Amino acid sequence: MRTLEQTTDEILNLTATHFKVPRAELAPNDDFFKKLGIDSLQALELLTRLENHFGIELPDYELQGVTDFRTLANRIQSRL
Amino acid sequence: MKSFKGRTISWELADGVLELELHREPCNEISSTMLEELEKFAAALEALTSHASAAPEGPSALIIHSARKEGFSAGADLRELYHRSQELAASARLASVRKFLERIHRVMNTIDASPLTTIAAVHGVCFGGGFELALACDLIVADKMTRFCFPELRLGLIPGFGGIPRLKRDLGNGVVRDLLLTGRSINATKALAVGLACQVAAEGEALRVARSTAAQVRKFDRATSAAAKQFIKPIPHKELQREIEIFCEVFTRPAVMEGLRKFVESTDALPYLP
Repeated sequence: MRTLEQTTDEILNLTATHFKVPRAELAPNDDFFKKLGIDSLQALELLTRLENHFGIELPDYELQGVTDFRTLANRIQSRL
Repeated sequence: MKSFKGRTISWELADGVLELELHREPCNEISSTMLEELEKFAAALEALTSHASAAPEGPSALIIHSARKEGFSAGADLRELYHRSQELAASARLASVRKFLERIHRVMNTIDASPLTTIAAVHGVCFGGGFELALACDLIVADKMTRFCFPELRLGLIPGFGGIPRLKRDLGNGVVRDLLLTGRSINATKALAVGLACQVAAEGEALRVARSTAAQVRKFDRATSAAAKQFIKPIPHKELQREIEIFCEVFTRPAVMEGLRKFVESTDALPYLP
């Protein structure tokens, strides 16, 4: 079973790879919309990558209002 | 017409496989222009598969795919719907929407009932009307990055291009209600698990897998394949007509125009989320 820290770290790694940004520039409390400048379609892409990576289903309505990696990690952790 | 290059779609018949490509920016929103071209395609499809022209070199399979990297299709062109509706009085607005729905239903029904084995090769966004187009096909091959969604309820609408009866025809009620009533999106893995997709392909590989499937289909006797399809895939005509009626009933509500206005004017990062 992953810890919350491990889940957060995997999210940050995956995000850095997918959006081609240096991993060191991403932190758990970052607002990913602002930090990455992503639109709705890119957010859905990220959601799909996270679901595929963690092997979970994460209904997109659970992400409503979620803007930072740490909260996102909490949502994912609750599905693992 | 064996090939066509339009503003929003193109098609070509080669080696017994008819390929319809959607290529309207940004993500194949189904506008009045696309509808006109899809109607041309439906007429060509019927001509190419009629008994008189069903020559040995004729098509055995149809593949529908998108050239847009964003996805298969984001559905109906809601911006066009909103702006056109604003120009019309309420009664004319409803008549215009009904006519659009009846026309797109004829296209979807032609694809659904085609004697060809039809394959939707989907990736990325497969939402609303785009999802409904995929559902008209016999097989859905999904890129692992595909997301399927019916977001219509967030606008106070229901899917109107035949999606509800076709979803109900193909899937269990629990999944149908989940997709319809929560408006949530599901990924390709889930789509495969519930029987919506028949195969999941690696990223960027859905069209290749669809072509491989079409090559297999091509080996079979066409009349037998068509008879098998007709037997296992009845067209739910009564429910499709009822869907148009319900859509028109809900479309007249003020909340719909308000929902469309919010969508069109939204600058939110997640405008598709309910």
